[in-house]
Amino acid sequence: MNIIKKFMQMDRRYVFALVGICVLIPLLLPIGLPTWVTKPTRDFFNAIDNIPPNQKPILLSFDFTASTMPENMPMAEAVLRHCFGKGIRVLLMTHYPAGTGMIEIALDKVLKEYEKKYGEDYVFLGYMPGGSAVMLSLGESIRRTFPKDYYGNKVDTLPMMADVHNYDDIPLVVSISGSALPLYWIIYAGTTYRQKVACGVTAVSAPEFYPYLETGQFEGMLGGLKGASEYENLVERYNYSNPDVRKTASIGMDAQSLAHFLIIVLVILGNVAFFAIKRSK
Amino acid sequence: MRFDQKIMRYRMPLALAFVCGMGMLIQFFVPHPISKEIYKEALDWYIIIYIFMLVLATRSLCVAHIRKIKKGEPGWAYSIVTLAGLTSTALIGIFGGIGSGTLFVKIYNYIQIPMESTMFSLLAFFIASAAFRAFKARTKEATLLLVIALVVMFGRVPIGENLVTRMPDIVEWILMVPNMAAQRGILIGVGLGMIATALKIILGIEKQYLGGGG
Repeated sequence: MNIIKKFMQMDRRYVFALVGICVLIPLLLPIGLPTWVTKPTRDFFNAIDNIPPNQKPILLSFDFTASTMPENMPMAEAVLRHCFGKGIRVLLMTHYPAGTGMIEIALDKVLKEYEKKYGEDYVFLGYMPGGSAVMLSLGESIRRTFPKDYYGNKVDTLPMMADVHNYDDIPLVVSISGSALPLYWIIYAGTTYRQKVACGVTAVSAPEFYPYLETGQFEGMLGGLKGASEYENLVERYNYSNPDVRKTASIGMDAQSLAHFLIIVLVILGNVAFFAIKRSK
Repeated sequence: MRFDQKIMRYRMPLALAFVCGMGMLIQFFVPHPISKEIYKEALDWYIIIYIFMLVLATRSLCVAHIRKIKKGEPGWAYSIVTLAGLTSTALIGIFGGIGSGTLFVKIYNYIQIPMESTMFSLLAFFIASAAFRAFKARTKEATLLLVIALVVMFGRVPIGENLVTRMPDIVEWILMVPNMAAQRGILIGVGLGMIATALKIILGIEKQYLGGGG
């Protein structure tokens, strides 16, 4: 019984060390376990894939910052690869001041793999404070909301923007987020302007979005690193990305697999010990 | 409190909230071009007010930390770091530019991103430790929660999917049926609460946003 009691009172630093090992080993030596594609991810993929190339752009909103970057960034990069690989134009924006940095990091990485021209294939609108007001304002006029892009060019001078005025000219809004912003997108852009919206969210917030997925208010959803990993594989399977590209979400899933497995084992052991101590009393 | 102070501090904000609230409510149902223009103008104002909110937030942050330093409260040294970080980053951005390759971007890439990511990553360690110590099947409800949590955790990773082929379907069912039923109940309650609160603010019944003294 003493051993069980000692086990229950184990210094939490041992648990930290175990978690560290379980996360580090697969990151250094990827296992490459296959991932099944779930319906929300398949729907998300189809929502983008059904957009005809070289026509209207999608609006990709980087609604996250560095804190949720490990989960959100692979999603955002995979969306860019999907769009660039298929020839779909992309409008980029963010609702966070720090989100502009996230967009620059993603563009720096993905643009090396494709020959894309600024102003013709993609436009970086930047950050505009206002949250829901910005979402509503985009429905009236993109130019009025963003008179200039992130680099200071007048939006009117960019060829890609010639026929893009408001949500009527945007087939899909994609919000990659670590917060509740996708809900605001469906309230203000989806409900008010009948705009199609899809989202990529962190695993911890994904259950909150399922009701809107079932009602069709979200065209599709990437839930956490698993969703990102499934989507990465779909983008690769349809030859939109180079097979040599490092699939960060898929590698991360190996680490997450072992970490989840460890937590499950710890919870089971903790409960076995709990009942053993209870019975002995 | 003087009469004119009372008007400016309480009556005027209440009147503004009523006029703006009712105005936007009526505007929504009137598809006239003038109504549409008012709507567009209101959106511009909304964005402008939001920018002033950022200024106000920065001021509040500075005031709180300066007060902490002056009083020598516990952790006052961290307040110096906060203020120094805020001021230096802002000055570097204003005078050195924010384009790629600038010092501002380097601060973002090599200080802010690693710090934020580290803070968030620590959650995994604390969750593992807390789950081990506190996640116990003490009651029937706790046992149900525990079993479902373990099933979802197992089924949301490739190792679970590969060991039990039906696992993704089971997890998807848990998320799409019982989870959604509970979420919908909560959401309907939240939605009704929001409508009630909005009406109370527009009609001047709810006055706490004025500072609690109304």
